[in-house]
Amino acid sequence: MHITGTMFYYYFVCHRKLWCFYNYINYENESEKVILGKLIDESAYGREHKHIMIDQTVNVDFIKDWQVLHEIKKSRSIEEASIWQVKYYLYFLNQRGIKIEKGILDYPKIKKRREVVLQEGDSEKIEEILISIEKILLQEKMPPPIESKICKSCAYYEYCYI
Amino acid sequence: MAESFYLFSNGELQRKDNVLRITASDGRYKDIKVEMTQDIYLFGEVDLNTKCLNYAGQLSIPIHIFNYYGSYTGSFYPKEKNVSGKLLIEQVNHYTDKYKRLEIAKAFIEAASYNILRNLRYYSERGRDLQACMTEIKGLRKVIPRTEDINELMGIEGCIRQAYYNSWKDIINQEVDFEKRVKRPPDNMINALISFVNSLIYATCLTEIYKTQLHPTVSYLHSAGERRFSLCLDISEIFKPLIGDRLIFSMLNKNMLTEKDFESQSNFCYLKDNGRKRLLQKYDEDLKRTIRHKVLNKNVSYRYLIRLECYKLIKHLMSDKKYEGFTIWW
Repeated sequence: MHITGTMFYYYFVCHRKLWCFYNYINYENESEKVILGKLIDESAYGREHKHIMIDQTVNVDFIKDWQVLHEIKKSRSIEEASIWQVKYYLYFLNQRGIKIEKGILDYPKIKKRREVVLQEGDSEKIEEILISIEKILLQEKMPPPIESKICKSCAYYEYCYI
Repeated sequence: MAESFYLFSNGELQRKDNVLRITASDGRYKDIKVEMTQDIYLFGEVDLNTKCLNYAGQLSIPIHIFNYYGSYTGSFYPKEKNVSGKLLIEQVNHYTDKYKRLEIAKAFIEAASYNILRNLRYYSERGRDLQACMTEIKGLRKVIPRTEDINELMGIEGCIRQAYYNSWKDIINQEVDFEKRVKRPPDNMINALISFVNSLIYATCLTEIYKTQLHPTVSYLHSAGERRFSLCLDISEIFKPLIGDRLIFSMLNKNMLTEKDFESQSNFCYLKDNGRKRLLQKYDEDLKRTIRHKVLNKNVSYRYLIRLECYKLIKHLMSDKKYEGFTIWW
């Protein structure tokens, strides 16, 4: 099973969103936040060669000089999920013999960045998570809404709570 | 945020750099800001080229086309971007299984007839004598849960509509000779209005369905894929009383449309251009009107209610939550 960076990210955000995303029930196209995210992505780091698809599975934003991996985000909300997404990329590349030392979370809009490295035990944790992601995706029914305060700003909000 | 564009002028619709531009024969033009556009309705005689269609397709903007008489011709329906195999399979499963299909179809009629009753109640509270009609429809509604197949259900639906249409002459202040519903072509002013407004709602439903993963040909109340995007017909049943009928009543009762706005011949009747413009303006305003949604606890437009209906249907098909049709609560 190809588990993408987005899926890894969603695992930390909401299992229902993860399941829907995998089953092509998407509601992202119209939300203003998504459009803003897309614009940031298009305008930031114009000189870099961006969006590198690796092994037809993960799509990283860009890798500076093949040394530092960058992931661009709009805001720092749910940063934990973003950190794990970058860790997953590092793990994924390491597995394929590409040694990338560190990753950076970039927030061009608020002019902040944050370093991410794989620490001891992270790889094992990632492997466990990959197994639980697979379990969720293969469920027949979608997981219930999480009723969290982050739901309000999610593109799936109306779908989940109507 | 997104807008609908209703184009009446004759001329050319073309891609001009990164906008769509309608140019009239006298050279005047109007640019359609594509980022803000969700669909385009063409009423005039418009030349289009593939460059324009390609661009509309790329931006996922459906173009709905109407003929000289204002009847719906068809849509340019861009390539499906939201496709979910899993949902499509469920959509079809719920059609082929007789009980599952009937369950959804009943929900549509329950909601549609409830909304019809709400319209009648509204006018009854304003002094119209509609008690007999309301009693009849209430009686018919009781039969809905007991119907055993689609044809029987469609029969009930037909009776409800007939009773409802019979009351229109009591609702409408103007002198109208409206005896029964006649389509293709409509024979009088009311029928012409119903046909026109229904086709607008149909097109709006199509735009909204396009934004979801639902497949527009697989329907439950109407037979699937029969000549048209029949799921639009199903969903529009619920919204016809709320959006369409109310629009007709208010335009006629406020004399915003009168006999003068119609072109009548021996066997057909249609709305003239000016009347059509006034009606569309009101229609668009109505779709943008918002209400406080009691479940979501936020303001949503009438148009968005249609999309929410699609979401509810998806949830039903995915066994997430049982579908109940939208009913007017205010």
